[in-house]
Amino acid sequence: MTQYTAVTDADLAEMLSAIGVGSVQELFDRQIPADVRLGRPLDLPAGLPEQEVYAHLRDLAARNTSAEDEITFLGAGMYDHYVPAVIDMLLGRSEFLTPYTPYQPEVSQGNLQAMFEYQTAISELTALPVSNASVYEGPSAVASAGYLARLANGKPKFVVSRGLHPHSRETLQTYAHGFGAEIVEVPLKDGVTDAAAWAEAIDENTGAVFFQQPNFLGAVEDAEALATAAKNSPAVVIGQYDPIPLGILKPPGECGVDVAVGEGQPLGNRLDFGGPSFGFFAATEAYLRRMPGRIAGETVDADGRRGFVLTLQTREQHIRREKATSNICTAQALNALAGVVYLSWLGKDGLVELGELLLQRTHHARERLVALDGVEALHTQPVVREFAVSLPGVDVTAVIRRCQAEGVNPGFALGREYDEFSDGLLVALTEQRSKADIDKLVDVLGAAVAAERGAVGATA
Amino acid sequence: MSRPLDDNHLHADPGIEAHPLHHEIPVSSEGATPMQRDRATTIFEKGAAGRRAFVAPKLDVPRVDGLLPDGFRRASEARLPEVSEPELVRHYVKLSRRNFDLDTGFYPLGSCTMKHNPRLHERVAGLSGHSRLHPLQSPEHSQGALELMYNLERALGEVSGLPHVSLQPSAGSHGELAGVLLTRAFHEDRGQTRTKVLTPDTAHGTNPATVTMAGFTVVKVGTNPDGGVDLDDLRAKADETVACLMLTNPNTLGVFDPNITEIAQIVHDVGATLYYDGANLNAIMGKARPGDMGFDIVHFNLHKSFTQPHGGGGPGSGPIAVSERMKPYLMNPRIVRGEDGVFDLDDHGYEKSIGRLRGFQGNYGCFVRSYAYIRSLGAEGLTDASETAVLNANYLLARLTALGVADKLPLAFGDLCMHEFVLSGSPMKKDLGIKTLDLAKRLLDHGYHPPTVYFPLLVDEALLVEPTETETKETLDGFAEAIAAILTEAGSDPLIAQSAPYTTPVRRLDEAGAAKRPIIRQPIPA
Repeated sequence: MTQYTAVTDADLAEMLSAIGVGSVQELFDRQIPADVRLGRPLDLPAGLPEQEVYAHLRDLAARNTSAEDEITFLGAGMYDHYVPAVIDMLLGRSEFLTPYTPYQPEVSQGNLQAMFEYQTAISELTALPVSNASVYEGPSAVASAGYLARLANGKPKFVVSRGLHPHSRETLQTYAHGFGAEIVEVPLKDGVTDAAAWAEAIDENTGAVFFQQPNFLGAVEDAEALATAAKNSPAVVIGQYDPIPLGILKPPGECGVDVAVGEGQPLGNRLDFGGPSFGFFAATEAYLRRMPGRIAGETVDADGRRGFVLTLQTREQHIRREKATSNICTAQALNALAGVVYLSWLGKDGLVELGELLLQRTHHARERLVALDGVEALHTQPVVREFAVSLPGVDVTAVIRRCQAEGVNPGFALGREYDEFSDGLLVALTEQRSKADIDKLVDVLGAAVAAERGAVGATA
Repeated sequence: MSRPLDDNHLHADPGIEAHPLHHEIPVSSEGATPMQRDRATTIFEKGAAGRRAFVAPKLDVPRVDGLLPDGFRRASEARLPEVSEPELVRHYVKLSRRNFDLDTGFYPLGSCTMKHNPRLHERVAGLSGHSRLHPLQSPEHSQGALELMYNLERALGEVSGLPHVSLQPSAGSHGELAGVLLTRAFHEDRGQTRTKVLTPDTAHGTNPATVTMAGFTVVKVGTNPDGGVDLDDLRAKADETVACLMLTNPNTLGVFDPNITEIAQIVHDVGATLYYDGANLNAIMGKARPGDMGFDIVHFNLHKSFTQPHGGGGPGSGPIAVSERMKPYLMNPRIVRGEDGVFDLDDHGYEKSIGRLRGFQGNYGCFVRSYAYIRSLGAEGLTDASETAVLNANYLLARLTALGVADKLPLAFGDLCMHEFVLSGSPMKKDLGIKTLDLAKRLLDHGYHPPTVYFPLLVDEALLVEPTETETKETLDGFAEAIAAILTEAGSDPLIAQSAPYTTPVRRLDEAGAAKRPIIRQPIPA
C-alpha cells in the first residue's frame, strides 16, 4: 500500500478470496510467461514523503533562472505575458483539471461548451469560420496543416518562407518526410520573405505555401501579397500567426489565408520551459471536413435543451482509423481553456489596447537600442512585439552572458538558428516589460557590447 | 437502493417527470455532486459593451503614429466577450459544474487509466522556477530543468527496459508517429524500402492513423480465440515488405499475449521493428518490461501510467524509449550530461535524427508532475501501483460474477485479466433489450462515469472497464452493485435505461443532427 492506494490486509484477504487466487503475484504468474517477467525490483530510488519530494523539486526549480528572476526580453516563439490569477483558479478546479476527453457528453457539458467558446474566440481572432478545439502546439500545428494540404490536393511540393519559425520548418520537414512532400525554402530579403523568389517557387505542383506573421525576425509580412501569389496554384495558403498582435494586424481570414495556425502559449499559458501549451488551427469553410482533432458542435438533447457534443467525428482516428485526417487523440483542452479565459479576460477592447501598447514599446525599444554604439537594425520592416538587431563583430552569446550577469536577458541569439545572422539578436516585448525595464536593457546591453568590443579589440 | 427523488437534485427536469416510473427511478448511490442544470448560455451571450476584466498598463513611452502601414492594420475588431472579472469567474465556475470529474467520482474508463492526480504535482509544477522558465533559456541557466528531464529519461528507460529516451512527443499518438518515423529512418539507413506496418485488429485507432501519416500502408493482423495475436496470420503477413508491428501488451482486450517472445522472433526474423503502444503500461510496471519482451520502441502516456491530470482532453505527454539499434534516429535536441555533471542540450546529439516533432523540448510541465510521481512512489510504489491495478480489476470482475452479472455481461476473453477487462453486452441486449450504451447512460444517474463503450471493435457491445489502483474496495463494490441493479431494473422495465440519463445537465444529445448541420461557433450579432 502507498499513499495513493487503499488495500488493507483485510481487504486483500477478501479480494484474493473473491478472485480465487492465493496471492497478487499469482495473478501475474498465471498471465505473464516466466521468461519475460522482470524478477527483480526496478532500479529506481526509493519513494519519498511528500515534503521531501516538494523540497527536491523546489531545489531543482531554484537552479533555473526563470522570468521571475531576471528582466527577460527572450521570445522567439514563447512570450512572458502576464497570466491572470483567474486562470490559475479556474484551471485548478477539479472539474476542469481531472476529467478525460468528453466521451460522455451528458456529463461533459462544461468541457464541451468551453471548446465551443474557444472555437468562437479563435474564429473571431483569425476571421476564419472554422476552428478546431486545439492541437498540441505551434510547430506541429504547421506540420499538421501540411498533412491537411497533402490529403486535400496530393501535390508534392511545399514552399516555405525562411521567416517561418525554425522549429516549425524542422517539424514540417520531419512530418513531410513521412507522408511524402518535398520542401523548397524561400530566403528572406530585407527582413521579409523575398517576394520574387516566393512567386517563382510556386507552381502547379505546389501543395502548400507556408509563412509566418510576424515572421521569426519580428517583421510584419505583407500577408495579402504572399497569399495572392499562390492564388493561381493549387496550393493551400498556410500562415503561422502570433495570436497577440491580431488585435491590431489584419487577420488571416482577410488576407486570403486558407489555414491559420499558431502557438497558443501567449494566450494565458505559462512558459513551462516549452509546454504544455496549445496550438490553434483555423481554416476556411472548404476545409471543415479535413480538419485534424476534436471539434465541438451545438445540438439539442432529448428534451430540446441546448447542449454540445464532439462532432464531425468521422474525420477522426477512432472512427476512420487509417483513413483519418490526423492521428491526434489527446490534444490540449485545458490549455485551450486558458486561452479562451484569457481572451475573455482581455476582452474586445483589451486585445486592441494590448496590441497598441506592444507596438509602441517595441518601436521605442528598437529606436533606443539601435542608437547604441555597436548595435544596428537588422532590418527596418514594421515590427509589433519583437525585433532583430545585429551586433557587428562581437560574440552575441558572450554579450548575452554579460547581460544575464547584470540581471537582464536581452533576447535570443539568432546565430543559434540562422548562419546568415550570426551577429543577430532577437528582442521581444510583453506588457510586463515597462519603459524602466527597457531603460535597463539599454544600459546593460550598451555596456556589454562595449565591453565585448573592448575584449575583441584587446585580443586583436 | 432506490431512494426518493431529491427535488433539489432533479430541479424541474421534464425528462424524468415524463417517465411513468419517475418516482422509482434511483439516483446516485454515492451521492454525487448535483451538477449545474441551467440552460446553456455562452460567454459570448453575456456581458455588455464596455465591460472589462483587464486593465492595460499605461503607455509609458512616447506615442508615435503611423508605425504600422494602414494596409497591414485590422479594420474591424475581433468580437471577443466584454465581461467583468466577477462575470467571468461565475461563468466558468458554473460551466465547470456541468462536468463529471475524477475528484468527484469513479471513472473506470478503459484504456485511459484514470488514477488519482496528486495535488503535490500541481504545487511543484507551479513553482516559478519551473512554470516561468523560458524554453530558450541557456542550458547554464536551466540546469535544474535539464537534470529533471535527464532523471526522468533514466527512470522511464528502467521501467520500459529500453535505455534511450526522448521526452519530446506531445501525447501518445505523437509518440507513435515518432516511433513509426524512427522505423522508416532505420530501414532507409539500411537501404531498404518497406511499405507496410502491421497492426492487430484490436489496436487503438491512433495506430492505423499514425501509420498512414508516416507514409505506410496498414495491414491488419487477426486475433486468436484467446485474445492474442493470431500467429498463423502474423507469419503469413510478416515478410520483407513489412517495416513494423505495432502492439499493445496487455492488449486492448486486457489480455497479456503469452506468445510475445515468439511474436518478437517472427517480426525480427523479417527485419522489421516491434513497436509497443504504452497505453496499458500501468498493468506491468516493475513486473515485466517491453524491452525484455523484444520491443524496439515504446511510447509512454504520462497522463495515464504517470498520472498527469488529463484536463478534459489534454495536455498529455508521450515520451518514447528505444533499443540500442534505434537510438541513432531519435529526435534532437538530446539532453547530455558532461563528465563535470553539467547538463546541456545538444542540437546534433543524435547523428541520424529524424528531426524535430514539435517546438522546444516537449511538455515540461508534464515532466515535472510525472517525475514527482516517480520520486514519491519509488521502485516499490510503482510496482505496487501495477499490482493493485491488476488486483482491483480482477476483484471487480469477481464481484460482478458473484452478483450474477456475467450471464448478461460475460468476459470477452479468458478468466483472469490484467489491469482492465472487456465485457460483452451482447446477451444483455438480446435478453433484456438494453444496449451497452443504455447501461452506460444509466450509470451516469448512479454517479459513475461509465467504462469505455464500443471499444475494442472486435467485441460486440463492448464495455472496457479499468478501475485503476487508486480506488477503494468500497468503490468497486458500489460500482458492481450499481451494474447489477441496472440489469435487474432492465429486467422489469428496459425503458428506464433506454431513456437514461435523467439527472445530468443535459440528457441524450442529438449527435447525428450536430454532424449534419454543424454549428461550431457562437453566432455574434453584428
